[in-house]
Amino acid sequence: MRRRGRRETSELRRLAPLLVVLTLIAAACGSGGGEGGVPTLHWYSYDEPGGSYVDAAKACTAAAHGRYRIDLVTLPNDADQQREQLVRRLAAKDSDIDLISQDVIWTAEFAQAGWILPFPKAEATKVTKGRLKPSVQTATYEHRLFAAPFTSNTQLLWYRKSLVPHPPTTWGQALRDTQRLDQQGKPHQFQVQGQRYEGLVVWFISLLESAGTTVLDKTGTKVVLATKPTERALSVMRDLSRSSAAPAALSTAREDDGRLAWESGSSAFMVNYTFVWPSANTNAPDIAQDMGWARYPGIAGGGPSKVTIGGFNLGVGAFGHHTDLAFQAAACLTSEKNQIDAAIKGGLLPTTEALYDDPKLTDATQDVTDPSGKTKKVKSFPYADVLKATLADAVLRPQTPFYNDVSLAISRTLHPTNHIDPQADVQRLRDAIKRALKGEGLL
Amino acid sequence: MTTASTTGTAAIATRPRLTERARSERRLGWMLSAPAVIVMLVVTAYPIVYAIWLSLQRYDLRFPDDRKLVGLRNYGAVLGNEVFWQDLTSTLVITVISVVVELVLGFALAWIMYKAIFGRAIVRASLLVPYGIITVVAAFSWRFAFDPTTGFVNGLLNTDRSWFSASWTSYLVIIATEVWKTTPFMALLLLAGFTLVPDDVVKAARVDGASAWQRLTKIIIPLMKPAILVALLFRTLDAFRIFDSVYVMTRGAQNTETLSILGYNTLITRLNLGLGSAVSVIMFLLVILIAALFVKGFGADLAQQRGER
Repeated sequence: MRRRGRRETSELRRLAPLLVVLTLIAAACGSGGGEGGVPTLHWYSYDEPGGSYVDAAKACTAAAHGRYRIDLVTLPNDADQQREQLVRRLAAKDSDIDLISQDVIWTAEFAQAGWILPFPKAEATKVTKGRLKPSVQTATYEHRLFAAPFTSNTQLLWYRKSLVPHPPTTWGQALRDTQRLDQQGKPHQFQVQGQRYEGLVVWFISLLESAGTTVLDKTGTKVVLATKPTERALSVMRDLSRSSAAPAALSTAREDDGRLAWESGSSAFMVNYTFVWPSANTNAPDIAQDMGWARYPGIAGGGPSKVTIGGFNLGVGAFGHHTDLAFQAAACLTSEKNQIDAAIKGGLLPTTEALYDDPKLTDATQDVTDPSGKTKKVKSFPYADVLKATLADAVLRPQTPFYNDVSLAISRTLHPTNHIDPQADVQRLRDAIKRALKGEGLL
Repeated sequence: MTTASTTGTAAIATRPRLTERARSERRLGWMLSAPAVIVMLVVTAYPIVYAIWLSLQRYDLRFPDDRKLVGLRNYGAVLGNEVFWQDLTSTLVITVISVVVELVLGFALAWIMYKAIFGRAIVRASLLVPYGIITVVAAFSWRFAFDPTTGFVNGLLNTDRSWFSASWTSYLVIIATEVWKTTPFMALLLLAGFTLVPDDVVKAARVDGASAWQRLTKIIIPLMKPAILVALLFRTLDAFRIFDSVYVMTRGAQNTETLSILGYNTLITRLNLGLGSAVSVIMFLLVILIAALFVKGFGADLAQQRGER
C-alpha cells in the first residue's frame, strides 16, 4: 500500500511541470495575442474547395505588412447551415467574428440586428468602384453599404444544341419544344429546382420579376404581388411541373440533382448555375460538347427575363476588436485579383463588371479528359458575355430583415409545384408573406 | 443521565422533535444530496422556468429592442396555426406506428433472447447492436441506402423509386429507421419482464391443459404488464420527440415535419425565442400528459392486483 502511494505522488510530481506548461499555453491562447502582437482577423466563411479563399487570406496577410493577419475559420458548405452558425454567434455578440462571407440575402437581417457595420465612406467607394449595380444593391441596406461585393452568380438556360436548334426565349416556347421532343421520342426533360427550399424561391422570383411584378415594394414593408403577373408566373410553374418534361423527382430536386440528371443525358433543358459547365466537361464530355447556353427564359409579352442574383459579399462583424483593420482587409480580399482567382480556382464569378471582358477570365481554360483518355483544353467561361448581360439587369430577392421568414413562406406555399392553383395561390401567398413580415405565426 | 433519558422519551412522544443524532443524520443527508439537487436545479429546473418565461414574451433575437411581455399570445399563435396541428399529426403518426411495430417485434426478440439455449451472450449482444449506433449515423446510413442513385435498396427491389419525394414512402423509411434503431431497447425492457414470470405458474398452466396461446395471453402477458407499460412509456416519450431521423432524411418536407423540427426551425433558424419557446413548452406539456396517462394505467393495474388477487 505504502509503496503504491509513494509511486502515485512521485508521478504527480513528474506531471507537475507539464501541467504548468499546459496552463501557460491555455493562458496565452486566451489572451488572443497571436503572433508577436499582430492582430488576427477571423474570416468566417465556407472553404472554397479550389483553395482561392485560403490563398486570398495569405496574400492579404502578406500585403498588410504586419498590420494584421487573416485566418480563415471554415463553416459548412450549405448556406442555411452557415447562417444558423453565424446568427447564433452574432446574437451572442461574439467578438471573434471579424469578417463574414455573407450570402447576398442576409444583408438586411444582419444589418438591422446590428451584427455587421456599415462601411466608412472611403472604404465604401473603394469596394463598389466598377462593381455590378445589382451586386452593390445586395450589399446595401437603408442607403448604407454593409458589405463589400465579392462574388456573384446567376442562372442560365442550358440546352442541348442537337435537340434544340434555336434556344427559346420564353418558358412557353421551351415547353412546346419539350412536347415536340417527347413526341419524337427524344430526351425532353427540363431540370429545375422544385424542392421546398431556397432554390424554389429563386425560380419563383425570377419568373415573377420577368412577368413584371415584385414580392415587396421599394420600402420592403408591403406586399405587392400584382394579381395578373403573379398568376402568369404561377401558371408557368404549374404547367411545367405537370408536363411530361418534369423529372420524376422534381419535388425534391435541388441544383445538384438537376446537374446529375443532366449529365445522364435525359434532358433537353436545364436552368442552373454555371458550376454545371466544368462538371459536365469532367463527368460527361459528350454531353458537354452538345451543351448550349442562353439567357434565362422570360414570360411571353414580358420582355427579356429578369433573373435573381446570387453570390457572396464580405461583411465586417460589429463585435470584433479590430473593425478598422477588418474594413481594410475586406477591401483587399475582394480585390480584382482575388476575384479572378476565385473565378479560376473555384468557378465563383466576379462582381467587378470589367472582369467579364478581361482575357484572364475569358481565355481561361480547364483540362478535360474524355473517356478515351485524350486530354484537351476547354474554355472555363465561354458564357461570360451572356452572364454579363444577364447580371447587368438582374433582380434582388426581397431586402427585408424578415427575408428568411418570407422565403419560408413562399417555398411552403408553392411546394409541391404540381399542386399550384394560380388563382387561389396568389391570395395564399400574400397572406403568408404578410404574416412573415409581422414576425408572427409559425412557418 | 436522567435529563438525557427524559429528553429521549419526549422525542418519542412528540414526533417532530428529533434526537440530536437523527437531526445530524438528516443534516448530513441533505448535505450529501445537495450537490445533486443543485445540479438538477441548474440544468433542468432553470431552463424549464426560463423557457416558460421566454414563451410569454415577444422576443426575436433579430429585433432585441422589440422585446416585451405579451402574455399568452404566443400560445394563441401556435395553437391557431395549421402548421402546428399538421406537425402534431405527423408526430403522432410516427409515434403510434413505430411504437406498435416495436412492441410486436420487441416481444418476439425478447422471447428469442429469453429462450436462447446456446450462445446466449452472443445472441443478446448482436440484437443490441443497432441501439448502440448514434441516431444521426443510423439515419444517414438509411438515407444513403434508399437514395435512388447511390443506394442499394432500389437495386434489391428492382425499382427506381425516389423514396423521399412522396409522403407515404418518406414516412415508411423514417418509421423503419426508428423501428430498426430502437426495437432492441424495447426487447431489453421486455426481457426483464419475462424474468418476472415464474416458471412454476406457466408449468402449472400447462399441466392444467392450457394451450400455448392461452398461456401467453392469460398468464405471461398479464404478469408482464408492468414491464410492458414501462417499455411503452419510455418508447412513446422518446418517439414523440423524434428529431434526428426526420432532419437528416427530409428536413420536414413531404409533410413529415415533427414538433421537434418545428421548435428547432422557430428557435434556431428564425431566432424567434418567444414563439419557439411556446412550441417547446407545449411539447413539454404533451409529454407530461402522455406520461400521466401511462402512469394512471399503472396505478389502476397495481390497485387491481392488490385488491383482487
